[in-house]
Amino acid sequence: MNDKLLEIRNLKTSFRIRDDYYAAVDDVSLNVNKNEVLAIVGESGSGKSALAFSIMGLHNRAKMEGSINFKGTNLVGLAPGKINKIRGKEMSMIFQDPLTALNPLMTIEEQIGEVIYLHNKAISNRDKKAKVIELLDQVGIPHAKYVCDQYPHELSGGMRQRVIIAIAIANSPELLIADEPTTALDVTIQAQILDLIRDLKQKMDAGIILITHDLGVVAEMADRVAVMYAGEIVEIAEVNTLFEQPRHPYTRSLLNSVPNSDEKQDKLHVIQGIVPALQNLPREGCRFKTRIPWIAESTHEDHPELHEIAPNHFVRCSCYEHFYFPDETEVENSGLS
Amino acid sequence: MWKFIVRRIIITLPQILLLSLFVFLLAQLMPGDALTGLVDPNLDPAQIALQRERLGLNNPWYVQYYDWITSALQGDLGQSFRYKMDVTDIIAQRLVNTFWLSLLTLIFTYMIAIPLGITSGRFNDTFRDQMIVGYTYVGFATPLFIFALLLLWLLGFNFGWFPTGGSVQPGLTPGTLDYVLSKLHHLILPALSMALITTVSTVQYLRSEIIDTKQKEFILTARAKGASESRVYNRHIFRNSLLPIAALFGFEITGLIGGTVFIERIYSYPGMGLLLLESISQRDYSVVVAVVLLFGIASIIGALLSDIILSLVDPRIRIK
Ligand SMILES: Nc1ncnc2c1ncn2[C@@H]1O[C@H](COP(=O)(O)OP(=O)(O)OP(=O)(O)O)[C@@H](O)[C@H]1O
Ligand SMILES: [Mg+2]
Repeated sequence: MNDKLLEIRNLKTSFRIRDDYYAAVDDVSLNVNKNEVLAIVGESGSGKSALAFSIMGLHNRAKMEGSINFKGTNLVGLAPGKINKIRGKEMSMIFQDPLTALNPLMTIEEQIGEVIYLHNKAISNRDKKAKVIELLDQVGIPHAKYVCDQYPHELSGGMRQRVIIAIAIANSPELLIADEPTTALDVTIQAQILDLIRDLKQKMDAGIILITHDLGVVAEMADRVAVMYAGEIVEIAEVNTLFEQPRHPYTRSLLNSVPNSDEKQDKLHVIQGIVPALQNLPREGCRFKTRIPWIAESTHEDHPELHEIAPNHFVRCSCYEHFYFPDETEVENSGLS
Repeated sequence: MWKFIVRRIIITLPQILLLSLFVFLLAQLMPGDALTGLVDPNLDPAQIALQRERLGLNNPWYVQYYDWITSALQGDLGQSFRYKMDVTDIIAQRLVNTFWLSLLTLIFTYMIAIPLGITSGRFNDTFRDQMIVGYTYVGFATPLFIFALLLLWLLGFNFGWFPTGGSVQPGLTPGTLDYVLSKLHHLILPALSMALITTVSTVQYLRSEIIDTKQKEFILTARAKGASESRVYNRHIFRNSLLPIAALFGFEITGLIGGTVFIERIYSYPGMGLLLLESISQRDYSVVVAVVLLFGIASIIGALLSDIILSLVDPRIRIK
């Protein structure tokens, strides 16, 4: 396809812990197209941020293998000088915590101005300031002129997140990565920020990677969804397909954990446990095996791979075919398959 | 912001008053009084008692304190029995010497601390960093006087590069270039040996501050903007890490006071510290009180400076 913006192939990002390298992103391949919102979901520790940071080249001590093709340039192993021309201009990132993502000693104008200046060193101070004010308006900050001279601590969390978004969109990037942009905010502000991102999405004509815990957000914003578990993508599909026909046990559990489902029994349909720490990850066979011990060993693949079970719908491992929640009867389940 | 500074300055006044009271009471507890040293012991005791009465030494302590503090405010700190001079005059000379010594020490301290701290923090856990950390450990473990003696012996006696005592070569006219150079020459060794030790805590502080700042999320934001590594360090990391160092500046002054006492002794440098030690050993009561008072005031002003600097440079504290 011609509108492919980002093409990740077999990306493996490993961190050194004591003397060994452990992959936090393990053999991930995915595409992001222009004008598309790809959501990445998964519990804490599943490697979502590690993936986002890999794309942005923000890991300083990680080992990276595979390729990240962005508009024809492989970002893996790219020289710092070259990646700095791309970051903040063609590709940018919104961080999780607006309270810490701004420099406490710089005014809002300086912080937004910096990203403009870095990619247009010839710009005059007046033009820069005008641009900053325009951006502040665009992200819905009232009294932009006044806010210019303020410091981060003088703004609320929601306002700071708007400033961070202003920094991210300052140079009209083609790829925007938002790493849990609303997790740190309270509910009403969350909705406002999401509205803003959706609004920008229409205006900007950019590909967006939206990392989130919140399946409600996914349903509202995403075109496609990738589900990550323990560094791997376990399922990837169009948003409607994923919500209507989730296949992988982990995806099914995630969907059942949405609190506003109607059935009360749903608690029983959530798989217990957490993502193991990097050093303790089972790297042989199906990584989800240990969390669904009631499923027969033989249903897992030895080397689980992503299978395209329907057009554009990929699921890892064959265990999904035999999966049932523990309170469902096996008879009922086998009847299904 | 000005309000804050004015308020902060106003607070120091009662602090200084309290300090003076404390120093005065402490002096009262010392054996003897202002007269003990001044008078000839062979004098008629009745005469001494008379003098005592005349000088007000039999008054209640608060009356004496009041007399002392009012004359001190007018610049009269009494008489030194040893020099038979006004304490103010003795201190004036010494104060200038100690001021230059402290200033040069501070300059050396920061000249050493900033590059070392920055290198160590930026390249933490590399060989360079380990060397610098090693130096700070040695600096912490070595008492100042041992270090100063070592330098004195090595550079002063052994190589003869620097004078080993005094504050200026005798026979030079004040104001001439030779005089100034000679003063500087006398200052370098004491200032350097003090700085090499006092800088250690600043190096360590700066190092940990930088390592800390490096991991802050706004550094990621800066990198994500496309800022080069050197810009990230200069604009974001160093700037934010130097702030607490600037705030420590005032307290550095307090630290210097203890240091000058040792250093001036070792280098027989005629400053306030040496004066204090000499006066204590000779029971030069009024001088001791005056020097202790001035040291105390210097510390209070140091703390004041720290607060003011911090309020000027840190927008989070800056009050509009
Ligand atoms: N710099 C690092 N060094 C070592 N391990 C790391 C590093 N960064 C992340 N990890 C580990 O990699 C794994 C994935 O972390 P990551 O931050 O990507 O999770 P996440 O999916 O973003 O979780 P969350 O939802 O909590 O943000 C975790 O086990 C984490 O401890
Ligand atoms: Mg994360």
